[in-house]
Formats: sequence, structure tokens, C-alpha cells
Amino acid sequence: MTALLKIRQATSDLDLQGCAMVLDVSGAVYLPDHDTLLVADLHFEKGSSFARRGMMLPPYDTRETLKALCAAVERFDPRVVVALGDSFHDIGGPDRLGDPERDTLKAVQHNRDWIWVTGNHDRALPASIGGEVVNEIRILSLTLRHEPAAGAIGEVAGHLHPVGKVVMRGRSTRRRCFLLDSNRCIMPALGAYAGGLNACDLAFSPLFPAGFTAHIIGTERIFAIARAMLCRD
Amino acid sequence: MVKPGIAPILGAMAKSVSSSLPRLFRDWFKSRGWKPREHQLALLEKARDGRSVLLVAPTGAGKTLAGFLPSLVELSERGAKTGAKGPKAGLHTLYISPLKALATDIARNLETPVREMGLPIRIETRTGDTPSHKRARQIERPPDILLTTPEQLALLLAHREGRALFSGLRRVVLDELHSLVTSKRGDLLSLDLARLFAIAPEMTTVGLSATVREPDDLRRYLVSQRDPGAFADLVTVEGGARPDIQMLEIDHKLPLAGHTASLSMPAIYDLIRAHRTTLVFVNTRLQAEYTFQELWKLNEDSLSIALHHGSLDVAQRRRVEEAMIAGKLKAVVCTATLDLGIDWGDVDLVVNVGAPKGASRIMQRIGRSNHRMDEPSKAILVPANRFEILECRAALDAVHEAAQDTPDARIGALDVLCQHILGVACAEPFRLEEFYDEIRSAAPYAGLTWEDYEACVAFVATGGYALRAYERFAKIVKGADGLWRVRDARVAQQYRLNVGTIVEATMIKVRMGKSSRARPGTVLPRGRILGEIEEYFAETLTPSDTFLFAGEVLRFEGIVEDEVLVTRAAAGTDPKIPSYDGGKFPLSTFLAARVRAILADSFEWDRLPEQMTEWLVQQRKRSGVPGERDLLVETFPRGGRFYMTCFPFEGRPAHQTLGMLLTRRMERAGLKPFGYVANDYGLAVWGNGDVSARIAREPEFLDDLFAEDMLGDDLEDWLAEAALMKRTFRQGAVIAGLIERKFPGQHKTGRQVTISTDLVYDVLRRHEPDHVLLRAARADAATGLLDVRRLGVLLRRIRGRIIHKPLDRVSPLGVSVMLEIGRERVYSDDADDILAEAEATLLDEALA
Repeated sequence: MTALLKIRQATSDLDLQGCAMVLDVSGAVYLPDHDTLLVADLHFEKGSSFARRGMMLPPYDTRETLKALCAAVERFDPRVVVALGDSFHDIGGPDRLGDPERDTLKAVQHNRDWIWVTGNHDRALPASIGGEVVNEIRILSLTLRHEPAAGAIGEVAGHLHPVGKVVMRGRSTRRRCFLLDSNRCIMPALGAYAGGLNACDLAFSPLFPAGFTAHIIGTERIFAIARAMLCRD
Repeated sequence: MVKPGIAPILGAMAKSVSSSLPRLFRDWFKSRGWKPREHQLALLEKARDGRSVLLVAPTGAGKTLAGFLPSLVELSERGAKTGAKGPKAGLHTLYISPLKALATDIARNLETPVREMGLPIRIETRTGDTPSHKRARQIERPPDILLTTPEQLALLLAHREGRALFSGLRRVVLDELHSLVTSKRGDLLSLDLARLFAIAPEMTTVGLSATVREPDDLRRYLVSQRDPGAFADLVTVEGGARPDIQMLEIDHKLPLAGHTASLSMPAIYDLIRAHRTTLVFVNTRLQAEYTFQELWKLNEDSLSIALHHGSLDVAQRRRVEEAMIAGKLKAVVCTATLDLGIDWGDVDLVVNVGAPKGASRIMQRIGRSNHRMDEPSKAILVPANRFEILECRAALDAVHEAAQDTPDARIGALDVLCQHILGVACAEPFRLEEFYDEIRSAAPYAGLTWEDYEACVAFVATGGYALRAYERFAKIVKGADGLWRVRDARVAQQYRLNVGTIVEATMIKVRMGKSSRARPGTVLPRGRILGEIEEYFAETLTPSDTFLFAGEVLRFEGIVEDEVLVTRAAAGTDPKIPSYDGGKFPLSTFLAARVRAILADSFEWDRLPEQMTEWLVQQRKRSGVPGERDLLVETFPRGGRFYMTCFPFEGRPAHQTLGMLLTRRMERAGLKPFGYVANDYGLAVWGNGDVSARIAREPEFLDDLFAEDMLGDDLEDWLAEAALMKRTFRQGAVIAGLIERKFPGQHKTGRQVTISTDLVYDVLRRHEPDHVLLRAARADAATGLLDVRRLGVLLRRIRGRIIHKPLDRVSPLGVSVMLEIGRERVYSDDADDILAEAEATLLDEALA
């Protein structure tokens, strides 16, 4: 009962091109009709990628990201998980994965279909990482790909790391968000070190010619905020 | 008329020319009709005895020449005895100033005696502006005297030739030492000094300082602490003529809040007209812009009044400085950028608009006028609101007693140490134990524990995390010989780009736009760069907002790439001056205590302007006036809400922290607070719960509310989310070299190479709450943006001394804080609150 309540509060139910969609407070999307969980821009091993260049960021980002991923998987226990690209911060990322993290990943992949969509950061992935590697994939009426394509209909993508900034009476907050119109959904990045691109950025306008609603991820739940309420950085 | 810098300094007093001065120098003094001063000769003696020395003297006493005289004498002897014994050729004296402009200025002034005596001495400056061929040449063929800044010294020491360059160094002259040692720059400089002592053990130091409260702190700073507690000698010059300093006679009623002093502008203008050259000091950039604007509105005589602040384009600042030196300006409106001892010309009046904030600061500013010790400096203080009258009064008293409020000696910051460790490794390999001893010979680091030291070395090497994931990427590595060395040239390159401890708020350039002819209504980024503003300020602007910058009212058009695009606002547009920090510097502890003392003693009120006295009498009648150590808390209803105001007088940072912690506690107590505001004097909290009623029911409620234990868990919980804490962490992360410095105007190089330190902070806090960088950030927060240390002192002071006044309406004192409401950011960093409100706004619209 409590668990159910928690799910209800932490998610938003929507519909995209006839597909039921649940936006999760973790930043994942659940498609109940296909029992599939979507996550985007995990950017595993971004910390170690920086460390190679002399910036020794705390080496716990992969752990943190996995924790969020595992929590979402646990909540929905989906048959299929699709990671929408940039799952690793660079091509060498899978090799740098620490043993405990590798094990966690294996465990969460266990007993379900795992699909890696490639992204610009991870155009190739080694077989050792498990699951299937594709460039894009169709599920129900939806096309799942990394980089959103202008004019696409029924698309779920990542790549842009949208964040929404809201200023109310002098107080401001800047949080990750889902951007949706009736045609597409752009997912927030799940990676612990994945930065954000303000939803007001010009990069989003051709994708949403008639505007969008930002579903901003709060601490406890998701808030639907109109485009007009968002501020630039 | 340009004042020849050193000339009048040399000209004064002193009974006789000591024989310690070589004939050449004596003749030169005589030819000019001057005599050297006693302290100048004293420093010569100290140098002969091989002693380091701190010279404490007021502005205009000839400190700079005193600092250089021993070097000039030694160098003249070196020239005379070529081949003989005596100092070797090579770099002899290093001069360090906090400002590169000051270094340039001093070099110019030194040239005069050197030229006139025909001394074979080469003097050069080295700043960020020095061209690379000259830098290379300076290392190959060093000058006799090099004038530079702490950052440039760090870079020289990180150079492979650093040791060779400094091996024959005889003397280091540290100018404006009192202002250097109070910051992380001072920490870095202390480490560099320790290095210099290690390279050239024979060297001595000369510290030049204005009067300070604790000269012993500076004396320790100047010498190696290998001999624990060692002091430099002290030479003190008693103050010259007393400054002629007054508060502006105010013939209008001053507002209760605000910092613009708008009604005093005609009086300031008249003062400018009546003097030769006036410096008008203000506390913030926005005040500078405002004051400049207002003065020009009055400027019927077309007086040459200029504007100078750190955000203006460098070229423009240089033009103002040159015009000032050339004596072409009637007045300059300026911020702290002109605080330090640069000789800008013949200033005969200093006007300080707004609160002085600190006694030492105001003395420094006053010293800008009549840069001669024997003539009184003339200064006028212009309070902008009624509280500032109190502050000005307290400052005047302090100046007359020559009392100082310089802060305590610093404990060296760990992020600065991390930077230094990498710098030293870039120059040459080091041995762990030896280097530890060297670091502890720097006074701020004398108490450094081995554990902290190791943590810093580990941080520099691999980030120093418990999870040792980055061994193979280590920046410094320990070799088989036990020596630590830098991994490769790329690491050294990275160090050079990130050196320094001044992490400005990220700045963004302001560019004038041009309207597109082809597409009306479109603005193209085609105009010139006006300067730069803080990114967070730019973030608060929305298109068509107007603001003051570079002396004009500008209209914000948008952010294009990395620049703020603006157009000139239509004539007569009022700038929408946004909320800004009441003054960059919080009221000093020392001045605050004096303000409380004036308030507490009604006999003192007679010395205040009449409007102030009336106001205080009203306060006493309607509420009460707190005793010197008391905290006055007032509670009252207003407009359907309940307010609580209190007046600790501990400066805005401490009050903001207090406000945040109080609201958390009141929330838990069911008092439903909505928000709070704070200024330098007090704070107000408001909400739905009736605090008066609560205190009537539970008399001990207020004592519990203000109990010291709020600095425990409540503080920790808040710090986790506090934006100020994240900003503090970011600064430390940049200094320590965790992330690369962002340069103003540097183009975004793509998302993959930038990282948000807020994200790093969150992750690090969850996994290693005791990591060295988090410890460094907490230490900074204690004294910096959050001023937790001062808050702690306050809470101890008021224990059992809270005076509660339940009122039916706001008191005269309370009004001044209440007026901050609306111009301040209010309570709650809580994202869900803000988002819920935004969502509700959308619903309202839909339902309307």
C-alpha cells in the first residue's frame, strides 16, 4: 500500500501517440503497455574520463547513476530496459568500469532484455557489457533513439539533457526535466555528472514548433510547468 | 599637476643624514633639498644587520622608499665593486604588490632616484600583461629589481629555472602586507615565501603595512617559522597629521534603508566643484554606476567626472587611470579597485558614500587624499540611511582614536596548499618530509598536521579518494628514489593556467548590439564590448529589463552565445536596479560593537544628528533600545502575518545564516514561516504563526529558538542544499585544481569538458563527507559567505540576554529591516516549494 502510494506520487501518467507513459521521478520513462523502462544519458565513467585529463572528480558517479537506475528498475521491474545512448561517457568507459559496478550492472540486467541504443559518446560498445546494441529501435508506435530528429512523430530521445529553470518571487531552482508535446518526449539525463541544457535554449525550438510542457523533477514528485514559466539561465 | 611620487616623501623632516647612507645618496638627497627620514635609515640598519623587518606607517610616510633604500644602496655598491666581494649579479630584490597597477606605479617612481644618481640598476615589472618574449628574457637575464604580484611569483617558482633565478635573492619587499595576509592570496604568498627562504636562506624580508591591530601576526608572517614563533623586527612610524574627516551635514530626512544616498548627490557635486580632485568611494559596482549617473545629471559645469570599477573593460579603466595621473579629472567614482595605495595624482578630497563597514577600510580610503604624511587628509562620509549615520559616527570615532579592525591571522587554507604542492612539483621533485617542514615554516601553515598535509598531497596526485580508482592517472607520482615529481608537461601546463586564488564569480561579457536593418526588431551582436558582469546577475535579467552599466542605462536583449547583448535604453528610461548585496563587505565586528555601544548609551546620542536622536527616542518609547550585549527581539502582527525582527549587528552574512536556521526551527515549531530578510544590522522573519502568543505561552521559547545548538544538525542539514555552500565549494575546487578555471570570454568548449561543481558536491558529500575539499569548504564557510564563526560568537554573547518586546506594530528600528523585504531574495532553497508554486500559477491561469 505504501509502496503503491509512493509510486503514484513520484510519477506522472501521460500519453504519447497513443502509448501510455509514466514519467518517473528518477528521470526514467515506463511504458506499461510494453513493460519497458527507458533511461537516457547515463554517462557512466564520466568521472574517470575527466581524471584521465587531470581533473580528479570523485570516482563515485557511476555508482550514483547505477543507484538511480537500479531504483527505477526495482520500482517497475520491467521486462525490457532501453538505454537511449551516451550510456558511457566515452568509448573507453566500459573498460574502466570498476568490478563492483560491473557486477551491479550484470545483476540489474539479469532476467530482462537490455538494449543499448548508441549515442555520440558511445558509438560502439563491447559485447562484454551485455545486452543488445542498436542504433535505434521501435516499440509500439514510438521510435527510440539518442539524438532527436526534427519532424519526427512519436519519438522518445535523449542527448540534450534538458533542465528547466523556474524563478518564483526571487527564488529560483534549476532541475532536470522531461520535455513533451503530442509528438515527442525528450528525456532528462540520468548520469550523476551529466550537466543540463536549459529548456529555453534555441536547440529545443525546432523540435517543438508549437511549444512544450516541461515536467520538472522535484525532490518528491514531478511538476508540470508551462513553457512560459521557464527562465533562461 | 602630477606629483612625483617619492619626492615629497623624501623631502620631509629627519634631523640629520646618518653616515650609514653612502655619499652618493647623501648628495642626491641634498641636491633635492631633502633629508631622509629616521625610519628609512632604520631600515637601512636592519638590512645591514641581516634582519627582516615590518614597517608600520601611515599613508604618505614614505614606506615604499624606505623598503627599497637598502636594496638601492646595496646595488649601488655591487655596481661599484665589480669583481670584488659583495652580492652577485642576478635578481637582488623582489617586490610583491597585491595589484599589478601598483607594481607598475612603484616601478615608475623608483626610476627617478635611480636615474638621477646614475645607479646601474635595472628595474622591471612582471605582470599578466608582460609579453612572453620579455618573460623569457627576464628568466635568462633577470633584472636587479623585479616588481610583481603573488600569482606571478607562484608561476616563477613553478618554473624549472625557478631555483636558479632566486638563488641569489637578497630581499623581498611586500607592499600593502596588511591587505594581502587576510585572504587566500596571503596563504599562497606565505607558501611562496617559505619556498624562497628554502632556496635563498640568506634573504630577508621587508613588510610594508598600514597600522594594524596585531602587528605580531604580520611579523611572524615575514620570517620562516622553522624557528617556531620567530618574529621580524618592528619599525613603527607614528601617524602624521590627524585626518580632517567629517560626516556630511544632512539637511534632509534620510531614508531608513537603501544605499544610494540619492538626496545627497547635490551636496557631493558641490564638494567636487569646490575641490581640485575628488575620489568618490562607494561599496558596490551598482552604487558606483548609480552615483556616476546621478552626478552627471547634475553636472551643469561639465566637470570631468569619471567612473572606475573592476567590471569595466580594461582599456577603459586604463584610460581613466591615465587621465587621473595626468591630473585631467575632477572626480572619479570608484569601488574597492582603487582602495590600495596607488598614487593616482593630486587628490585633495575623499568622499565615502554609504556605510564605511570597517575602520581600517575607511582609513585606507581617507589616505588616498593628500598623499603626504604631514598634511591632513580630508574626507567626508556620506551616510545613505539612518543606520549608516550610526556606522559613520562609529567610524569617525575609530579614526580619531586610530583604532583598527583588521581581522585575525588566518589559518592557511587547504585548497591553496593543494595548488602550491602541484606548483612546486612542476619546478622540481620534492621529498615528502622535507617539503612538510618547508610548508610549516610559513606562518599560516605552522599548525598544519601531517594528516592534512598527506591528504593534500594525495588530492593533488589522484584526488585523494578512499576509492583508489585513479592511480594510473596520477598527476604527481613517487619515484623509486622517494621523490615526488610531476607526471608530464601537460600537468605543468594545466597548473600554469589555473594558478591563483582569486576565483571571481563567473563573468560574462556585455556587448552593445546593433539593430538589424534587414530584419527590424532583431538585434545583432555587432557593437563593442562594454565590460563584464557576473553570470548570476545576468541570469536575473529578462529581455527588455534595463540596468545601469558603464555609466549608461542599458536594455537587456538576451544572452547570445557567451555574451550579454544590450542596446542603449531610450533617453529618460529609469534603470531597474536589481537587488544587490547591500555592500560587498559586511560590517566589521569591531565597528559593530561600537555601533551597539552608541545605541546603548543615550548620552552618546547627543553626538548624532537630530533626526537620528529623534528616531532613537521614538524607538525607546515604542519598544526599547538594547544594551551593548543584548539582543532585542520584537514580535508584531502586520497585514495578516506575524513578524519577528531582531538586531544582532553582526553583518549580513551572519544574519542570513541565522535567518535560514531560525526559519527551519520555526517551521519545526509549527510557526509556518514564509520568509526572511537580513541586512547588516538585523533581520526579519515572517509567517503564519503568532510568535508573540507562543512566547507568552512558553517563556523559554525564545531562548530555545536562539540556542547555540542550531549550529549543529540544523546547520549541517541546511549546508547540504545551500547555494552559498555550493558556491564556496566551487571556489575551493578551482583553487585546488579539481576543475579547470573558466576564463571570462572563453568560449564554451562543449558540454563534455565542462562539469557542474554542484553535481560534484552532491556526489562527494554523499560518499566522502570528510574529503579534504569539503573540509576546506566548511572552513571557508565558517568565515566567508556564511560567517558561521561570527554567528557562533553572537549566540554565545546573547545567551540569557534576549530582550523580547511584543508590539502591536512595527517599531522605528524594525522599519529599516522591513524595508529590505522585496528587494531581497527570500527564504527557501527548497525546489519543490518553488516548483509547486510555478505549477499552481499554471493552474490558476487555466482556471481563470
